[in-house]
Amino acid sequence: MIEFKLPSLGADMDEGKLLEWKVRPGDTVKKGQVVAIVDTSKAAVDVESWSEGTVFELLIEPGETIPVGTVMATLLEAGERPETAQRTPRPAPAPKPAAPTVAPAATARPTPAVAGRRRISPAARKHAEELGVDIETIAGTGPEGAVTLADVEQAAAAAKVSPAKTAAAPDKAAEMRKAIAAAMSRSKREIPHYYLSEPVPMRRATEWLAKANEGRPITSRLLMAVLQLKAVALALRKFPEMNGFFRDGAFQPAASAHIGVAISLRQGGLIAPAIHDVGEKTLEQLMLDLTDLVKRARAGSLRSSEMSDPTITVTNLGEQGVAAVYGVIYPPQVALVGFGRIVEQPWAENGALTVVPVVTASLAADHRVSDGHRGALFLAALRDLLQQPENL
Amino acid sequence: MEEKELRAVVVATLKAIAPEVEEGDLRPDRPLRNQVDLDSMDWLNFLIGLHEKLKVDIPEADYAKLVTLGDVLDYLKAKLK
Repeated sequence: MIEFKLPSLGADMDEGKLLEWKVRPGDTVKKGQVVAIVDTSKAAVDVESWSEGTVFELLIEPGETIPVGTVMATLLEAGERPETAQRTPRPAPAPKPAAPTVAPAATARPTPAVAGRRRISPAARKHAEELGVDIETIAGTGPEGAVTLADVEQAAAAAKVSPAKTAAAPDKAAEMRKAIAAAMSRSKREIPHYYLSEPVPMRRATEWLAKANEGRPITSRLLMAVLQLKAVALALRKFPEMNGFFRDGAFQPAASAHIGVAISLRQGGLIAPAIHDVGEKTLEQLMLDLTDLVKRARAGSLRSSEMSDPTITVTNLGEQGVAAVYGVIYPPQVALVGFGRIVEQPWAENGALTVVPVVTASLAADHRVSDGHRGALFLAALRDLLQQPENL
Repeated sequence: MEEKELRAVVVATLKAIAPEVEEGDLRPDRPLRNQVDLDSMDWLNFLIGLHEKLKVDIPEADYAKLVTLGDVLDYLKAKLK
């Protein structure tokens, strides 16, 4: 029997609300198949299965909010038969399991006590949300103090809440801000950041890009961002200590560069889902991936693997006009690379002064894993790679 | 295509990228990217949208000519002649 658990979808997510099952008992599930859609503080995420099997039981109902690590469904392994398989008791309201990606210090921030979690049916919870009633204030009259639909209605009437006017839809922007605050506070609390920056001449890269785009239809033109992403991925091959996770007191290098791309959302906030295996992809493929990722991030439709496994983050604030950006590392990652605006500036080389387009590349890295010396070499390698755009 | 009609297509394409845009707030003589928060991916998608709706080719070398909404309208008018 395989337990399908709600995976961690990033350091700033510790629970999710099941919106929809995409499978039913009896369905065969393949690796990487989307089995559920779960709403988080940042986006609705397509949650993929990492096991193969046949769906036996769905243990969570749409509308329920569950902590990371909760068993959502069980799958039968090849050869297992439903008649002999043991039914699993429904997990809700399960004690909050410690997610493996959450470091102990993260629990220092106030979280509702496990024992205090209310027993409430999804229907009652939904109705309470519609009526704008705080479920923590409702006295439950159901089994073991469970809050029933009738309790919700009674509480709403007692509070003289007008459902039409005061229905308090959860404020997505506020939720996202809270999630970002938690992850970034944790980062600054736990990660001893060091920061480096390097001006990178971009004449060769801009000229190469203009020439490459000259012969392309508008629908397949490349952006400088993909050259930067590829250069970061190639530089990481020589500096594996910038690529991976710091977990359980030790650094775990990643085998491939899954680059989290910081994408600002129009309604506010940001999200940094991964493009996988950036070093192995062509610039054309990266452009397709980036276009698709930005589109889906803004539409609020991302996959769980994109949320959970970025091994480093790249942020580009040059578009907004800043010269350089010194980022906050997204735990449990250990580095963040930033690019500022490409500006023409005086440049001295071989005793001559010229004007060249320059971008400031910056590195925020985790001092528990690497030192400034290696960080400086990493930025130098990145600079050198961007001088040979034809090799990216 | 009438200028009014062309403007409607351009604004609709822009709103598909940046839904917060209010047509009345757009000044035709000020740089578009100063008025609307568009990064290079948004800008490319805006131009791809115009290319698809109006069947005009917009070479990258021409991007520098497209600064204000007025520039974009003039450029498209000339291309559609």
